Amino acid sequence: MGKEKQSFKEVHHSHSPKTALQWFFLVATCIKVLLFPSYHSTDFEVHRNWLWYFDETSPWTLDYPPFFAYFERFLSIFAHLIDPQIVHLQDGLNYSSNNVVYFQRVTVILSDLSLLYGVYRLTRNLDSRKQQLIWPLVIWSPMLFIVDHVHFQYNGFLIGILLISLSYLEEGRDLLGGFVFAVLLCFKHLFAVAAPVYFVYLLRHYCWGGTVRGIGRLLIMGGVVTAVFASAFGPFFHLGQTQQIIQRLFPFGRGLCHAYWAPNFWVFYIMSDKGLAFIFRKLGFNVQTPTGSFTAGLVGDSSPFSVLPQAWKNPQPQMISRWIAYAYTCGFLFGWHVHEKASLHFVIPLAIVAPQTLEDARHYFLLSIVSCYSIFPLLFEAQENSIKVLLLLLHSILMWSGFSAQFCDGAEATRAPTANSKKNADQFVSEGNSGATVNKGFAIGWIERIYLIGLVVVEIWGQILYPLLLGDKFAFAPLMLISIYCAFGIMYSWIWQLISIVKSRWLNWLEGPDKALHVG
Amino acid sequence: MEKENKVKDTASDDGYCWWWLVQKGTTAVFITVGLFALLVRVAVSLHPYSGAGNPPKFGDYEAQRHWMEITINLPIKEWYRNSSNNDLRYWGLDYPPLTAYQSFIHGLFLKFFHPDSVAPFASRGHESYLGKLLMRWTVLSSDALIFFPAALYFIIVYYNQSSRTRKSELAWHTAVLLLSPCLILIDHGHFQYNCISLGFTIGAVAAILSGNDLVASVLYCLALNHKQMSAYFAPSFFSHLLGKCLRRKYPILEVSKLGLLVLGTFAAVWWPYLYSTQSILEVLSRLAPFERGIFEDYVANFWCASSILIKWKRLFTTESLKLLSLTATVITCLPSMVQQIKSPSKRGFLYALLNSSFSFYLFSFQVHEKSILLPLLPATLLAVEEPFIFRWFTQFAMLSMFPLICRDNLVVPYLALLALFVLIMNAPGQHRVRESNYLGSATMFLILCCYFVLHIVYLTMHPPEKYPFLFEAIIMNLCFSQFVLVTLGCNIKQWLLNRPAKLEETEKKQI
Repeated sequence: MGKEKQSFKEVHHSHSPKTALQWFFLVATCIKVLLFPSYHSTDFEVHRNWLWYFDETSPWTLDYPPFFAYFERFLSIFAHLIDPQIVHLQDGLNYSSNNVVYFQRVTVILSDLSLLYGVYRLTRNLDSRKQQLIWPLVIWSPMLFIVDHVHFQYNGFLIGILLISLSYLEEGRDLLGGFVFAVLLCFKHLFAVAAPVYFVYLLRHYCWGGTVRGIGRLLIMGGVVTAVFASAFGPFFHLGQTQQIIQRLFPFGRGLCHAYWAPNFWVFYIMSDKGLAFIFRKLGFNVQTPTGSFTAGLVGDSSPFSVLPQAWKNPQPQMISRWIAYAYTCGFLFGWHVHEKASLHFVIPLAIVAPQTLEDARHYFLLSIVSCYSIFPLLFEAQENSIKVLLLLLHSILMWSGFSAQFCDGAEATRAPTANSKKNADQFVSEGNSGATVNKGFAIGWIERIYLIGLVVVEIWGQILYPLLLGDKFAFAPLMLISIYCAFGIMYSWIWQLISIVKSRWLNWLEGPDKALHVG
Repeated sequence: MEKENKVKDTASDDGYCWWWLVQKGTTAVFITVGLFALLVRVAVSLHPYSGAGNPPKFGDYEAQRHWMEITINLPIKEWYRNSSNNDLRYWGLDYPPLTAYQSFIHGLFLKFFHPDSVAPFASRGHESYLGKLLMRWTVLSSDALIFFPAALYFIIVYYNQSSRTRKSELAWHTAVLLLSPCLILIDHGHFQYNCISLGFTIGAVAAILSGNDLVASVLYCLALNHKQMSAYFAPSFFSHLLGKCLRRKYPILEVSKLGLLVLGTFAAVWWPYLYSTQSILEVLSRLAPFERGIFEDYVANFWCASSILIKWKRLFTTESLKLLSLTATVITCLPSMVQQIKSPSKRGFLYALLNSSFSFYLFSFQVHEKSILLPLLPATLLAVEEPFIFRWFTQFAMLSMFPLICRDNLVVPYLALLALFVLIMNAPGQHRVRESNYLGSATMFLILCCYFVLHIVYLTMHPPEKYPFLFEAIIMNLCFSQFVLVTLGCNIKQWLLNRPAKLEETEKKQI
């Protein structure tokens, strides 16, 4: 009997990385399906009703580049098969039934396959430990759940394309990386913030190496990118709608900030402006209060001084993800009319590099919590409150557990890199850490800890105390508080990324060794 | 360098995709899985509840809301009494007093935040965004405060007792315990509070496994006083505790202790109704709905399944059917009871719970389809030892509730939770023990095909006019056949536990 029992209990192992990744994705899909009846924003109607650039039948006219328009048209084919009223121009306005809700929710879930493929390509050469850390960070990102599967957008789809492009660059397949990025720009032009980094990197890494070969490759890359843009914009150029498209894609008539202020640099500017105007008016001065008269923003203004020189002098494939993420952080902090959701553009790519070093992990821990919290106001109805809090709590615990497990043998991790150059990088970073720090494993500093506790205080104040004490007066105040407080966190992240990149060994001061020593 | 790499590779090979989770210990695992389980529950709460938008009677949601209305607006003596203030024909209280107290507490909560939802008379059929939200919160808080701690208690005791030290199994077991699709659908979709009585039951089981028989008795009495359906477990608790007492030095003293504790707990719960025989009978008559038929709607038990051939309701009077069902129930749970009295053991107790509750589900009087939650609980507790039985049973338990789920408009969460359950059962990297194949693989394949086809047919087709309940009947017969197999298998397993026990006895005698 004992033997028979044992024979029945043979143990089977399954080690396929793809299987684990698919499993993570499918579990996430079950949650997404359960969220079908949750609140959805006006973006839901936008995506369902999107009309071409000149149509005025409904207020939802396209303001995305042509490839996204083609994508919507592709979806409408299936919508028409399922329920023709979904895509009817007149009867379909504000049409609400389970059919349309379920169909549109399913399209977002299916388009997330792009994210699945992107994260797979970007991590398939890493060791399994790092893989199993990164996958839940990306696939189960609470920000994507909130913005895409409750609020309703297609960010997972677009960021998936970005990750695919980054994976080609990291593999050294620059032509394909450039091609995919061009495609991404034709889906959503806001990703163009990183274009300078792409341009410099590709110019040096792909096109350099001899006059004839370099020029040849430059022509090839230029040809590919031109072909992509031509296939996207060609038909509209031919129809004489270029001006209309540009107006739709770059609405500078709108204000410097979005309706709900993204937690970026301009929040401080606006608060100072409002505060000073208020004080002066109290003092009796006759201060004019023009609306929407803010200074034009500097898109990616800080990029050239830290990333572009490195991309030019020493283009390293393994650094490209960080440089791109940094560019998007700059765009988020200083860009024109930034949406709070734009933080996804750098939070997701940074998840890929988070398990590399202890410092990266600490930085990502803080950044992803702050970014996720900053989009809480998107879901303002009562029934979604517990969902977003649980999503963020779950994510925080997963990060804490994962990073703690990863770095509890930090010395070992540092000692076992996968590449020589990475080994050098790790050594460089670890030299800056005391032995105690390495042995202690994953732990955040007391300043960061206080900041995170502050998030809890802000939430309690905004959700409970403020309504109790002041009722409906100044209902905008809690939102302002969230924007300002989160802006500090994002600024910290930007500074941290800047310092981290500047510290890297490959930087050569243009002034020469003497001045460098002097500065040191 | 190579050696280090090899060691690391070996470690990775032995790992699983959530290795970083289980490193932190039981509490961290439980918190993580618990948060995920709460997230699933909150998401299911977004979907419709039973009877939504369906006047004049609505459904279980309205029943629960009405009980809150009654308990906070009437004196306690009138809660179970028919009067002009309390028309028992409109969702009158038919659960034991602990449910009434729970309704009272939740009623205070609703009254504080949303008085309209429990106003006397005026709130009949009340439906609102805030009302639904608050009601859902009462279920979530009950789950988090009673069921989750009880599950944690069981996990701690179970994995401390057994020799196995695999942490991944602990995490997996926590997941199947907290993510039971049937319980989530009924409590957070349909709308009920099974998590309370089932939570007390798990607590009682954990107490027995850790040797605290007195605590176990109290907790089980609380479960019984929340839902009388908990009586499905009574034979196993009784026989296990009796068997242990008989092996003590002073068995009569031990039995007396337990007996007094049971009486004391019941007295405490029923205190407001002990002032007269009439008031006790008033409550009891509400708990035993004998005026209804032997089964209601369609349920995958013996009486319903066999009613295709034998029209029980026509052949026998209700009185005869009561006696018949009682006899059948006692006969089918006797083997399990005898085994536990003779050779009480912890594993045997878990099997006894399953066999006892199945006897009641399959043969007792007035069984509802939701009662499948009761045998499903011990099956979940045994999930690590009997993964095949657990999976097979859960899938058909889900199918047996499918008609109810369709009526409640909960098909989408049903499919999502079923998929999530399958994913948990097939988690990659899990040390998957090859499951004993109790059925031939061809038979299994055929049954699974029927499983899928029945789901699709039920969703897309209309039954012929001559047989309007044809699909329900087919579903219930298929599920009944599988439940019988599970019951037989577990009874055999329980009795097989005797052999090692006897061997141990022999060894002891020799010593």
